Amino acid sequence: MTVTLTFLALLMAGFVAWLFSHSVNVRPWVAGSSETARRTQVPEWVTAPRMGLMVLLATVTSVFTLIISAYLMRMEMGADWHPLPDSALLWFNSALLVLASVALHGAWRAARQDAVERVRHLLIAGGGLSALFVVGQLLVWRQLAVEGYYLATNPANAFYYLLTSLHGLHLLGGLVAWAKVFRRLQRGGEPARLRSGIELCAVYWDFLLLVWVVVFALLLKT
Amino acid sequence: MAMAVALIVLAVGSVLFFLFSPWHLTPLASNWEAIDRTISISFWVTGLVFLAVTLFMALALVRFGYQKQRRSRYEPENKPLEAWLTGLTTLGIAALLAPGLFVWGSFVSVPEDAHEVEVVAQQWHWGFRFPGEDGTLGAARSSLIDAGNPFGIDPDDPHGQDDVLVENPRLLLPVDRPVKLILRSKDVIHNFKVAPFRAKMDVVPGQTSYFWLTPTQTGEFEAVCAELCGIAHFAMRAKVAVVEQPSFDAWLAEQPTYAELESLEPADPDAGAERFSACVACHGPQGEGQQAINAPRLAGLDRDYFTRQLHLFQSGARGTHEADRFGQQMRPFATSLSDQAIRDIAAYVETLPVTPTRDTIIGDAERGARLYRTCASCHGAQGAGMAAFKAPRLAGMNDWYLVRQLRHFRDGIRGRHPQDGYGNQMVDMAQILIDDRALADVTAYIGTLAQQTAASNVDATRTEE
Amino acid sequence: MAEREYDASSHAPPAEVGEMELVHPRTFIGKYIWSQDAKVIAIQYGLTATAIGLVALVLSILIRLQLGFPNSVSLIDPASYLQHVTMHGMIMVVYLLTAILLGGFGNYLIPLMCGARDMAFPYLNMLSFWTYLLSVLILVAGFFVPGGSSGAGWTLYPPQSISPGTPGVDGGIVLMLVSLAVFIIGFTMGGLNYVVTVLQARTRGMTLMRLPLTVWGIFMATVMALLAFPALLVAALMLLMDLLLGTSFFMPEMLAMGEITEREGGSPLLFQHLFWFFGHPEVYIVALPAFGIVSDLLAVHARKNIFGYRMMVWALIIIGVLSFVVWAHHMFVSGMNPYFGFLFATTTLIIAVPTAIKVYNWVLTLWRGNIRFTVPMLFAIGFLFTFVNGGLSGLFLGNVTADVPLSDTYFVVGHFHMVMAVAPIMVIFGAIYHWYPKMTGRMLNDTLGKIHFWVTFLGTYLIYYPMHFIGLEGVPRRYYAYGETTFISDSVQTLNAGITIAAIIVAATQLLFLFNLAWSYFRGRESGPNPWQATTLEWQTPHTPPRHGNFGDALPVVYRWPYDYGVPGAKDDFIPQNVPPEAVEYLDGAHATGKGAT
Repeated sequence: MTVTLTFLALLMAGFVAWLFSHSVNVRPWVAGSSETARRTQVPEWVTAPRMGLMVLLATVTSVFTLIISAYLMRMEMGADWHPLPDSALLWFNSALLVLASVALHGAWRAARQDAVERVRHLLIAGGGLSALFVVGQLLVWRQLAVEGYYLATNPANAFYYLLTSLHGLHLLGGLVAWAKVFRRLQRGGEPARLRSGIELCAVYWDFLLLVWVVVFALLLKT
Repeated sequence: MAMAVALIVLAVGSVLFFLFSPWHLTPLASNWEAIDRTISISFWVTGLVFLAVTLFMALALVRFGYQKQRRSRYEPENKPLEAWLTGLTTLGIAALLAPGLFVWGSFVSVPEDAHEVEVVAQQWHWGFRFPGEDGTLGAARSSLIDAGNPFGIDPDDPHGQDDVLVENPRLLLPVDRPVKLILRSKDVIHNFKVAPFRAKMDVVPGQTSYFWLTPTQTGEFEAVCAELCGIAHFAMRAKVAVVEQPSFDAWLAEQPTYAELESLEPADPDAGAERFSACVACHGPQGEGQQAINAPRLAGLDRDYFTRQLHLFQSGARGTHEADRFGQQMRPFATSLSDQAIRDIAAYVETLPVTPTRDTIIGDAERGARLYRTCASCHGAQGAGMAAFKAPRLAGMNDWYLVRQLRHFRDGIRGRHPQDGYGNQMVDMAQILIDDRALADVTAYIGTLAQQTAASNVDATRTEE
Repeated sequence: MAEREYDASSHAPPAEVGEMELVHPRTFIGKYIWSQDAKVIAIQYGLTATAIGLVALVLSILIRLQLGFPNSVSLIDPASYLQHVTMHGMIMVVYLLTAILLGGFGNYLIPLMCGARDMAFPYLNMLSFWTYLLSVLILVAGFFVPGGSSGAGWTLYPPQSISPGTPGVDGGIVLMLVSLAVFIIGFTMGGLNYVVTVLQARTRGMTLMRLPLTVWGIFMATVMALLAFPALLVAALMLLMDLLLGTSFFMPEMLAMGEITEREGGSPLLFQHLFWFFGHPEVYIVALPAFGIVSDLLAVHARKNIFGYRMMVWALIIIGVLSFVVWAHHMFVSGMNPYFGFLFATTTLIIAVPTAIKVYNWVLTLWRGNIRFTVPMLFAIGFLFTFVNGGLSGLFLGNVTADVPLSDTYFVVGHFHMVMAVAPIMVIFGAIYHWYPKMTGRMLNDTLGKIHFWVTFLGTYLIYYPMHFIGLEGVPRRYYAYGETTFISDSVQTLNAGITIAAIIVAATQLLFLFNLAWSYFRGRESGPNPWQATTLEWQTPHTPPRHGNFGDALPVVYRWPYDYGVPGAKDDFIPQNVPPEAVEYLDGAHATGKGAT
């Protein structure tokens, strides 16, 4: 549970510090004071979708840190832990995901410059690479199954399948959002909303890349 | 006003209930008076806070009920008051916690001179293992468990050879000697609890846990399971008798060691066949039973159950109740048999063929099927019995006999004896058969199981031909 | 009242308030079924939770019948008893309490109290309800599959929960785990909304420290739930894999039905850690909204400002944060490393301090108030009494030493029903009596309400208080029957019968409440916009019930905290939050510039 508790401690520390800065020395019963009103509203760049995404990412991080906590605890507990072999394909998949993330960042930059064609190309690249990543992950599953590393043979395998499938599901969820953004682009949607959508996708992909890096490192190390 | 009165009545009533209710901690029988002390400190501290807060609230309600002209006092904060309250509460909490932590300190540190007993739990009974002369428990694993090695002791571990095994759910402990109970489960999570000892702990499969205590009172206590472990959770009991050291030593010496059980001569069905001639007069040549003289079928019973019942007859744990007329008839026959003879006969009985019986009881098998759901958890969905649960075969047994025994169990004529641990369980379970109709129904359903089994046997023979 | 000029010089422009795109449906289905209006979604949540809660109530009566009058009802055998216990617990904790407090009151009150037109993401909010409904239906399906619902206890401890022989292992347990996963997904959608709306969509002048405590409670509970429910999700997924795919996360080397299984190496305690990492915050996920709501009920009906508002807010935050480091107090006798006992007993008792502070502040709010004994107020006082009682018995169980003999007995059953069932339910009832006029425009019948209160309050106390004492005697929980257990006195059976009768009466009284809800909807007295003379924004809406968009043409502007009751010198004994200082009428006719600054 150390991993989860560390994550929560950091998160809570930030949250509590923020709350503290907005409540310290505030005398709530004083009416109509204009300064208090100004200070406590959120800054303008924190839009609802951005904040929504952040809250979602905190929740998803909680899911993954808990699984990682369970992973480390289970590894310690049983004497039956046999790590999986590394697969070259995994490195290739990781590269795909990095490229997808880079492409989406490119799309975001292009969107800010209103370069619609470039946005379209980079979006397609980002989505395509991500889909390839998912296919690549399925291939690794097949490869492992062929080599006899079934889900139930060993807890290391079980955790591997659990982590990769949850990561993959989150990526698929991201692709649904991506598809909505892409459709909006094709229909010539409002540029501001489009920008916001692409930005959210880019941030979400960064997050999934980060999760993948941590998961991959964990699988390599143990 | 009504509310204030209600609060006062409830607060005072709660305290009076605490003082005068007939339900309190059971009389302590171990060294853990410190646990009781922590509980009473908690009662005093929380009781005072409870009274203070409730009565203050009642006072507020009485004094500050609504009046149109009055205004409430505008007081957003009162820093000194809040600081005082926080400080006092912190002190009170610390006063509660500190003694508790000290006691916990002794709870987790087992005295050097404690002797060890392993408690082995499984659905839904208890077994016990003592380390034997070498003072060390041998290694044991669930995957080594089979009919001949019910504790799963590793045969290659020399420490295990002299381990004393107690399969009967009855444990003796010497008085005034600290004991460390090491807990192991074969299947799911259980919890070994003897209320007067206070200490208890979960029994978790895949690991061992422990706690320690010193029994201070002699006498017989009841151990129960305190962690939900399946449908017979409520019937998972054992007896713990605390005795003087000499009686304990004598008892322990009587119990078999692992090596003794391993080296026991295998039972001989042929010798059993000869001995069985004494049983034929009543139970029939093939052990098929005779209703006319109230002798039940024996064919189909597993040797574990068969042996246990004969031992119960011998010791008087069965067949001594005045209402059990036919049981009383059985007793003299059982007492005439040696241990070896019983084992041989049991082995022979296992070889007897199970032939169809005649229905003598009329009941609604469909209603019976619903009732049988409970029976199935130990006796199996097909009523074939399950050795792990110490549950004998039901399908194919005489229905009149089943009804009589179920009634005996339900009414406590059979199974009440303290030595008959599994009978105790059956007494609890038989309570679900609330009337004679239920008895008939469930027996009728068991009858249909017998026919199914017989039919499938016939099919099997046909295919072989 | 609501349309006040927005003064650009004195208030920073809020981020997105007022620009929200609202879907304005025209058809009946669009308005009431596929509605994106938080108020409709709130009522959908409330009705669904009530319906499934009634199922759990019936189950509890079946449980009580068996305990009070053993084996008198042939319907209940040991398996179905455990199935009822399991479903009762799971439904009450997750599908009723969590859903109605966050999904119901959260949806109704957050936008109104913050001065927002709706939740931040109305479409997601709608999905949240329908996902919740789906999870309820999956759970209910467990009753109808062969083998029935799970009988593993609501804690679902493996190996028992997924071992052969346990009731419901053929299907019920799968449905329950899937239903929990779906519930968590649905809740996350709603939770995102609650958090973002509170942080983002507050109206002008509604600073954090001017939020009503109701919003604070629901907000903190949501933050906790978003971080704690993942633990349940992970535990449920891993348990499902153990059951369906044969993995060994939680399954050690063991026997099942006397046969050796293929499993090895898993740890049942790992599940318990995950489960209680969710399970303990869950207690506060239910409690914090109740804390918040009851603060507002007390202030409104005692006509007094809540005492120590800042302390109350910080107590909520501290309880929320600390509740993540106390989980293992549910596992003192679980066979985990006993040295954890020191740590978790300490953290657990520390959390009692902020909780006690809240109690003091509630009681001090009553002191020198001007208390109206309305039905919501009665329920609020009922909550205080019950919560104090239940909280104090928690000090026994949190203190590791005293927990050893008391865990897994009726002491625990009495404790958690008092603190986690009756106390929040009191608040929920109080809140319904309080806000029903806003939701429908009519008052609930007062006489029926008082009967409902007295029977529920006294009845539940009679049910749960004596349970502590039979627990003290050692009576174990989750027992189908007690047979001839020697250490249990015979009088326990008499008491159990009494408790069962009390339970039946209390349960029947809830039907009276339902009748009141239905009858008053058509025949209740018209309430007007602000029957309780309350200050918070939901009572200042131009329409009652509030229409889509809540506040008519212009959003209200907030000038003060929500507890201006009995302001010295003011003409009325309450000043709504959206009344600017210059508009306050004073008794001597003069305008004051400010007040109450210490």
